[in-house]
Amino acid sequence: MDWEIVIGLETHAQLSTRSKIFSRSSTRFGAEPNTQANAVDMALPGSLPAMNRGAVERAIQFGLAIGAQVAERSVFARKNYFYPDLPKNYQISQFELPIVVGGKLSFFVGEQEHTVNLTRAHLEEDAGKSLHEHFTGPHGESSSGIDLNRAGTPLLEIVTEPDMRSAAEAVAYARALHGLVVWLGICDGNMQEGSFRCDANVSVRPRGQTEFGTRCEIKNLNSFRFLERAIQYEARRQIELIEDGGKVVQETRLYDADRDETRSMRTKEDSDDYRYFPDPDLPPLVVSPQWVEQVRAAMPELPAAKRARFEADLGLSAYDAAQLTLHRATADYFEAVAAALPAGQAKQAANWILGELSAALNRDDLDISASPVSPQRLAALIARIVDGTISTKIARDVFAAMWAGESNGDPDAIIEARGLRQISDAGAIEAMIDAVLAAHPAIVDEFRAGKQKAFNSLVGQVMKAAKGKANPQQVNEILTRKLNS
Amino acid sequence: MTQLSEFRSIQALGEALRARRVSAFELATDALRAARAYADPNVFLHIDDELTLEQARAADQALASGTAGPLTGIPVAHKDLFVTRGWRTTAASRMLANYVSPFDAAVVDHWREAGTVSLGKLSCDEFAMGSGNENAAKGPVRNPWDPERIPGGSSGGSAAAVAAGLVLGASGTDTGGSVRQPAALCGVSGIKPTYGTVSRYGIIAYASSLDQAGALARSARDLVPLLDRMSGFDPRDSTSLETCDGAANTAGRVQAAFDAAQAGFQAGGERPLAGLRIGVPREFFNEGLSAEVGAAVESALQVFESLGAARVDVSLPHTRLAIPAYYVIAPAEASSNLSRYDGVRYGHRAAEYSDLADMTSRSRSEGFGDEVRRRILVGTYVLSHGYYDAYYLQAQRVRRMIAEDFQRVLTSECDVIMGPVTPTVARRIGDNRQDPIADWLGDIYTLGVSLAGLPGMSIPCGFGGESGRLPIGLQLIGRYFDEGRLLALADRYQQATDWHQRIPGHA
Amino acid sequence: MALTEQDIARLARLSGLRLDSSDQTRARQELDRILGLIEELQAVDTAGVEPMAHPLAAHQDITLRLCDDTPEPPQTCEQRDAGMANAPAPHQGLFLVPTVIE
Repeated sequence: MDWEIVIGLETHAQLSTRSKIFSRSSTRFGAEPNTQANAVDMALPGSLPAMNRGAVERAIQFGLAIGAQVAERSVFARKNYFYPDLPKNYQISQFELPIVVGGKLSFFVGEQEHTVNLTRAHLEEDAGKSLHEHFTGPHGESSSGIDLNRAGTPLLEIVTEPDMRSAAEAVAYARALHGLVVWLGICDGNMQEGSFRCDANVSVRPRGQTEFGTRCEIKNLNSFRFLERAIQYEARRQIELIEDGGKVVQETRLYDADRDETRSMRTKEDSDDYRYFPDPDLPPLVVSPQWVEQVRAAMPELPAAKRARFEADLGLSAYDAAQLTLHRATADYFEAVAAALPAGQAKQAANWILGELSAALNRDDLDISASPVSPQRLAALIARIVDGTISTKIARDVFAAMWAGESNGDPDAIIEARGLRQISDAGAIEAMIDAVLAAHPAIVDEFRAGKQKAFNSLVGQVMKAAKGKANPQQVNEILTRKLNS
Repeated sequence: MTQLSEFRSIQALGEALRARRVSAFELATDALRAARAYADPNVFLHIDDELTLEQARAADQALASGTAGPLTGIPVAHKDLFVTRGWRTTAASRMLANYVSPFDAAVVDHWREAGTVSLGKLSCDEFAMGSGNENAAKGPVRNPWDPERIPGGSSGGSAAAVAAGLVLGASGTDTGGSVRQPAALCGVSGIKPTYGTVSRYGIIAYASSLDQAGALARSARDLVPLLDRMSGFDPRDSTSLETCDGAANTAGRVQAAFDAAQAGFQAGGERPLAGLRIGVPREFFNEGLSAEVGAAVESALQVFESLGAARVDVSLPHTRLAIPAYYVIAPAEASSNLSRYDGVRYGHRAAEYSDLADMTSRSRSEGFGDEVRRRILVGTYVLSHGYYDAYYLQAQRVRRMIAEDFQRVLTSECDVIMGPVTPTVARRIGDNRQDPIADWLGDIYTLGVSLAGLPGMSIPCGFGGESGRLPIGLQLIGRYFDEGRLLALADRYQQATDWHQRIPGHA
Repeated sequence: MALTEQDIARLARLSGLRLDSSDQTRARQELDRILGLIEELQAVDTAGVEPMAHPLAAHQDITLRLCDDTPEPPQTCEQRDAGMANAPAPHQGLFLVPTVIE
């Protein structure tokens, strides 16, 4: 049986406001328990919610960035259920009328471009945290401690259509979404701190079937690796279950990273009825077209627009443009390099950033914003290749030296200090070639006998004699001329 | 020693205080004594002498330094639904038996800043659910006119305290009639202003789209500074209004509107209310209305006519539907508002439980009384999947129809609506306990006003019952933001009558 | 439309209430009576009428007011403890509850 996996993702992104969505408590991470939980956050009798403009603005930015419709009127609704980390025992969320509707996100999976349609995005409040250390309650019972510092942090819940067909695609989407919200500055993207959490809805069906299979929801995946593994496990589990004659039960599951498996959450007699109704404490949220335009005007250039510009104006490939626009810092870096180079050298800049620079950053576990090689310095290095001062091969050595901080990271100083200037003087090269030809008559004979590899060998010898610094094109040209004469 | 009972109005006491004939401290001391000595121990839920005297001292300082206002030094008390620092706030429930709020309600702040001296917290129906103040955890409050009878609810403690002369003003909340109805049954004046004019921040929420703070006192004239000073925009309450049809929602607005209306009436001379059209809804005079209440209301209307007003027959065709609509919407919102009481962060926690879910359900079931549990179940039902549209949304549609009825009548047919507050005089404590909806049916004249968010008042207009000593109230319903004019109209009536000056014989 | 025992049990669970069997019987009776009252609503023709969530909606458009994103300073541990004075089971600044095993 050929199975198709169907995946939809729901992502909760904590918005980067300084105060909470419905109260003015600080959202700063890491404070002492319950020191950032005021009367509203603790749901004390008589407390009421008041809306944070910053949360709305960030939702508008997101809606614009994905080409969605920003609802002129949206409504906050109460989602009612009992849980100790939910102080009111209802969550203020949005149900029938969310602030953002539709939209799409494009990204690459390998060399292939994919587009995922988004259903909606809405604002809601985060819950507090349960600490499951071994506390003892007033009657000696095993207890958890509730910290409400996080309760009330603004969340943007972003929901996709069930458009994804593989774990790899889901991860690529999640990475692209992560990159976008960080790009916009609306979310800090810190997954260890819980700023970006994904729930995956997974189902399977025989390929060709139009009806969806029964889906399971895997909650609270806070790393891309877990997301991928959890989806893979779940798809396999469902397929095996069906092939064994069983039926998938719609349920919520958790991913156990230690065992690499998904597990059903504690069962309930029947599914919760959240009894959504419009929150009577909060009138409808109105977002005027004027406000949307103001937000649009103040937004940074979006990844999609930058990508298009890199392709059209700077001649980059779709893939390279996409890679360079995954993170704003990378795109900014690239543009700084390209701007410092003569026209037409953008491709070189792209290659260096996606190649050497990327490798060095990964190796040293650095973010591009912490790169020891600045865009201006990298541009200077590339310029030396373009003007023939050094070859690409030598440039890699210079780059390594720049990275290590030699000669203050100045490429010209390094080239001088190490004497790496490419030899481009025709006379000098000729002399070297003559010497090599004289020293290796056997190889010359091989070449004359028709072995092309001998030519490369001779080139190698010339380069060795030149300590790698001979201009390769000139070596090639002069050697060819000499051998053919 | 000067006694509070020597002063029958805020105006009279205020003058004496400002003339330094009596001190706020002396008065507060007497008021505390009287409150503690009062025959019904259930009226006050918490009295703390030192907290009260501290406020009295502050009032005396203001009086001495010439910064006193109309309410400085006036003894008042707050319904135990307004959170207070210092005094416990229990909502008359076992659930909050020992709760002390770390912050004061906006209304409490406003009255304190105006210089009032609070005698403590007044009983009410538990979490504001009830029309008889029988649903209080510590026991029923008795009507000062007849201790075998209810004072009304849910602000029964507030109405009784005013009627008994223990305070000159009391705060209350009115969600479906809970200020107007007890005011009527206790023979005092009470007002529920337009929804959104008084902050709900610090009011223990029952039904958010209906709850509104109000005031009770001996007369409309006393209500003016009480309501005026409790009003005002509050950014912490997202349903609080910044403006009222263009006028800023601050202290001063109601006073100014009252003064302007009075000036207009003054100009009318012998017929101060000439030109005023009073709408009398025929549906309020249905078969449920007792003859004696009908007769008292009729007499009151005649007084208004004698002052120059014209009566207009109007129709509020959906009056009866206010009952089911209210008893869907209010329980629905309440069921959600009361979910926070789970024994986790505050409030009653059960002594024994097997696990978290058990702790929650036991704490709630032990903490909440019958009526509260009943309304939570109803609320959960009408919001649940499959019923939401047929009940909750349908009720909200009917609500709009009711509001539009009032709009139509008040825009094009009359300037104010008048009618009964309750179908009968106060019933006996303990009656109606077998039928969960019996009391609900008695709310028929007050619910629609709450659903529409309009201002409503109750003023004494007569007596009834076998003894002939059970108060009857007249309801006045105004246009949005018209509370100042309503108070002026009520005052005109009270200048021409003396029902509001009658005092129960019981001490 | 009569409620069943399961209906009551479900309502109790969703409401976070514990009803023993006599409570449940009484609740059934009472709710049936109440539903009889509110069922009147279903017969009303409300075609074309929008539900009204805010009481002044017929008079003016009430919309959500927005606040500036200005945080309050965090509390000190002493202030926090004072704010938690009503907690039934406070411990090291946390609210203790029986552990839920997932």
